[in-house]
Amino acid sequence: MSWITKTLTSSIGRKIIMAATGLFLCTFLVVHLIGNLQLFKHDGGAAFNTYSHFMGTNPIIRTIEWGLVLGFGFHIYEAFALTRRNKAARGAQGYVSNHSEQNSEWTSRNMGILGTIILIFLLVHLYNFFWRARFAGDLPRMGGDNLETRDYDNLYMAVVSSFHHLWYVLLYVAAQISLGYHLWHGFRSGFQTLGLNHRKYTPLIKSVGYIFAVVVSAGFAAMPLYFYLFTNDQGELAANVPTFIHTVASAF
Amino acid sequence: MAGSNPNAKPMNLTLNVWRQPNRQAQGKIVEYHVKDISPDMSFLEMLDVLNEDLLHAGQDPVAFDHDCREGICGSCDLFINGRSHGPEKGTTTCQLHMRKFSDGDTITIEPWRATAFPVNKDLSVDRSAFDRIIQAGGYVSVNTGGAPDGNEIPIPKDISDRAFEAATCIGCGACVAACKNASAMLFVSAKVSQLALLPQGQVERKTRVENMVAQMDKEGFGACTNIGSCAAECPVGISLENIAILNREFLAAKAASNNLA
Repeated sequence: MSWITKTLTSSIGRKIIMAATGLFLCTFLVVHLIGNLQLFKHDGGAAFNTYSHFMGTNPIIRTIEWGLVLGFGFHIYEAFALTRRNKAARGAQGYVSNHSEQNSEWTSRNMGILGTIILIFLLVHLYNFFWRARFAGDLPRMGGDNLETRDYDNLYMAVVSSFHHLWYVLLYVAAQISLGYHLWHGFRSGFQTLGLNHRKYTPLIKSVGYIFAVVVSAGFAAMPLYFYLFTNDQGELAANVPTFIHTVASAF
Repeated sequence: MAGSNPNAKPMNLTLNVWRQPNRQAQGKIVEYHVKDISPDMSFLEMLDVLNEDLLHAGQDPVAFDHDCREGICGSCDLFINGRSHGPEKGTTTCQLHMRKFSDGDTITIEPWRATAFPVNKDLSVDRSAFDRIIQAGGYVSVNTGGAPDGNEIPIPKDISDRAFEAATCIGCGACVAACKNASAMLFVSAKVSQLALLPQGQVERKTRVENMVAQMDKEGFGACTNIGSCAAECPVGISLENIAILNREFLAAKAASNNLA
């Protein structure tokens, strides 16, 4: 083995890959969340469909997409590799009595379980939206008078109809809660692993991480909940929703 | 048996103790009862009472590790009621006193668990993996010759304080025992950052961290996931900041050392 593979397969090397890919995926979450906020725009999906067409066809985005595939791939692969190593290190004979809840946070000890829930969600999510838009080609077209956008996939309608299935909404919300807890530990942990621990900045990193975890997971969870609770199957606000929801939605 | 405190009432306790005849044998929890335990006794003195009882009954006493009984040698190593060194923060088992328990309590006592820390007998654990990590680089090579003058190498107070904080690690292994991943990174990081902070440690700085981490991995310790159990259970309060320093030192060494292997 060369020094590079030795470094990257050592315990610290694997951790560093875990941290670097994790923080990279955090930047993806920001972009994905901001883009998806267009689902709330009150225009029958025009803005969202134009945006998703751009994301699906722009050559620069398509190139960066490969980085995202590698980011997810390495994050998941290293998780399995590290879990295997750590389970072997802990040994077959466990403690009869172990009160780890007295010395650490639940989220920190259960990143693997949280990650697995997110992985299951990710596969369903990719199949339902990404696969259908990119490869299956079975989505309806936007139609309408605009010659430029009439042949765009109507991904908006696919989102709206998916978010009218209860099991789908429940899976999404459960996954976002898991994501929130995953980020609660993962954000600050990523900086620590990269060696970025300093008495000046670490308290700030921790606070930003907690806010990031809550804002990102709540932002994503709001989408299925909004469509399930407040809209009809065309994505239009139902008549019986509270007026303040009307006011907020119409403001976009 | 009254202690020095006239108000201290002696206690009767039930002990669930891990018994294992040798390294290969299967172990199991065995229940014992100890009577008239003074609250002023240390935890190890309470185990001495148990062992006296067992010897008088013609049974094999419980093997456990101990040496100085002053909280500075790092020999004692019990996992008490699901915690490294028991329930009291910043305390080794020998400095844990029975006043932290109540009459009638049941106390579960287990050895450190980790693949790299095999159980010798009962509660006694082989921690020579730590010694081999130190041998791999946890030292400063010094040429023999005339003794250097004191204060010949100026070290700022701030740096020496931080190095000393890391140097307080007694190598007991509570960090490994408490860690979900049985990771030794708090121990290794304390040694690496202590020497990396001081001028005497600069010569071997890169090779030290490379060799110590390689030995740590070879011994079969896990990889840190920043849970923080180790620092919470450390009897001398080694901080997690050291693990970040270890990670930095490792990356810098791997990027810049002359070691191509």
